Amino acid sequence: MRLIAENLGGERGGETVFSGIEFALGEGQALVVTGPNGAGKSTLLRIIAGLLPVAAGRVRFEGGGEDFPSAASACHYLGHLNAMKTALSVTENLCFWRDFSGAGSAGVEEALETLGLGGIGHLPFGYLSTGQRRRAAIAKLLVSHRPLWLLDEPTAGLDKASEERFGELMGKHLESGGIVVAATHLPLGIEGARELVMGMVG
Amino acid sequence: MLALFLRDIRLSIHAGGGALTGVIFFLAVIATIPFGVGPDLRLLARIGPAILWIAALLACLLGLDRLFQADREDGSLDLLVLGNNRHMLALTVLTKCLAHWAGSVLPLVIAAPLLGLFMNMEPIGIGATALTLLVGTPAITFIGAAGAAVAVALPRGGLLISVLVLPLTIPVLIFGVSASYGAVADPDPFLQPFLILAALTLFLAVLGPVAAALALRHGTD
Repeated sequence: MRLIAENLGGERGGETVFSGIEFALGEGQALVVTGPNGAGKSTLLRIIAGLLPVAAGRVRFEGGGEDFPSAASACHYLGHLNAMKTALSVTENLCFWRDFSGAGSAGVEEALETLGLGGIGHLPFGYLSTGQRRRAAIAKLLVSHRPLWLLDEPTAGLDKASEERFGELMGKHLESGGIVVAATHLPLGIEGARELVMGMVG
Repeated sequence: MLALFLRDIRLSIHAGGGALTGVIFFLAVIATIPFGVGPDLRLLARIGPAILWIAALLACLLGLDRLFQADREDGSLDLLVLGNNRHMLALTVLTKCLAHWAGSVLPLVIAAPLLGLFMNMEPIGIGATALTLLVGTPAITFIGAAGAAVAVALPRGGLLISVLVLPLTIPVLIFGVSASYGAVADPDPFLQPFLILAALTLFLAVLGPVAAALALRHGTD
């Protein structure tokens, strides 16, 4: 399984945000995207996921087989928003995403335990604190299996212990042959991750 | 797909879900009409089916703007669009439409016979109107989905959706009302307009979700 970007360019509202991005990631490799605000980190992730059109160059996803023919089908996209309904309980939210995306390596309870949210699954998502919400959203990555994780500021709002726990989770995902692309300002604690620094264009 | 259907139904029942908003609006409109028209019972009975249909149509449009906007605001819409390979986006939209219809519009259809009494309608007329509403209102939801998908990025899209969708729902209204009248007024046929209404619903069940899926696919930013 490989994720390859060739001479990739992206634009927002008709203006070029970045261009000439090149990388190739194999199984077990991680790419940490850094750069100042407005450098196009989120845009890059959304282009890889196929949510935004490619302005120049191309993104390829190879070797996914029948299950994962494209990057869009192979990825978990964790954006700024948590994609959880505040009116439903944490467990209901996670069960929905598990049923919608296909079952994964961990059950809902197990995923919550892993992120230190055991015992609060019955609470409405709206009652949780910012950090707990983020952790519940991260639990979404575990309840259904996708080889490619696209993470946009995954640790925003997390405390030190949760950050470390999340670092371990990403490590485990990489060991099992996954690919991680993370846009962040904070060090994520992934060993051997490659770094892509995006600067302002022009 | 079933999971999505159940989630949306559950959300529509929860506080702020909008299941009751439509019914209350429907009730308010129908309850006001007799005061405005006056105590002429025969006139009320004559305009009853049309008023029920118009009020139901407007009540349907009321909740449409939340169909995709709620999902967009919390980021779920991105993930639903990304699920395209597993669940075709048009089917996802169809499921959302059905859930929206069952959660917010079906209560209107159930309330319609009761409100028909307010309009001094005959039992057979009430039955016919409820039946045409049951068959016709899904079409309004399907057209509305296309409108909602186009206006999903706009912060106050509700009015725009109504304006976009209203002209397209006119055929549904015409055939719904003429079938309702066909059941009570003798020379008018019931079956023909009713079958056209059913055909409209089936046709729009395909066209609406496909159009909405296209709009959502190109509307992500």
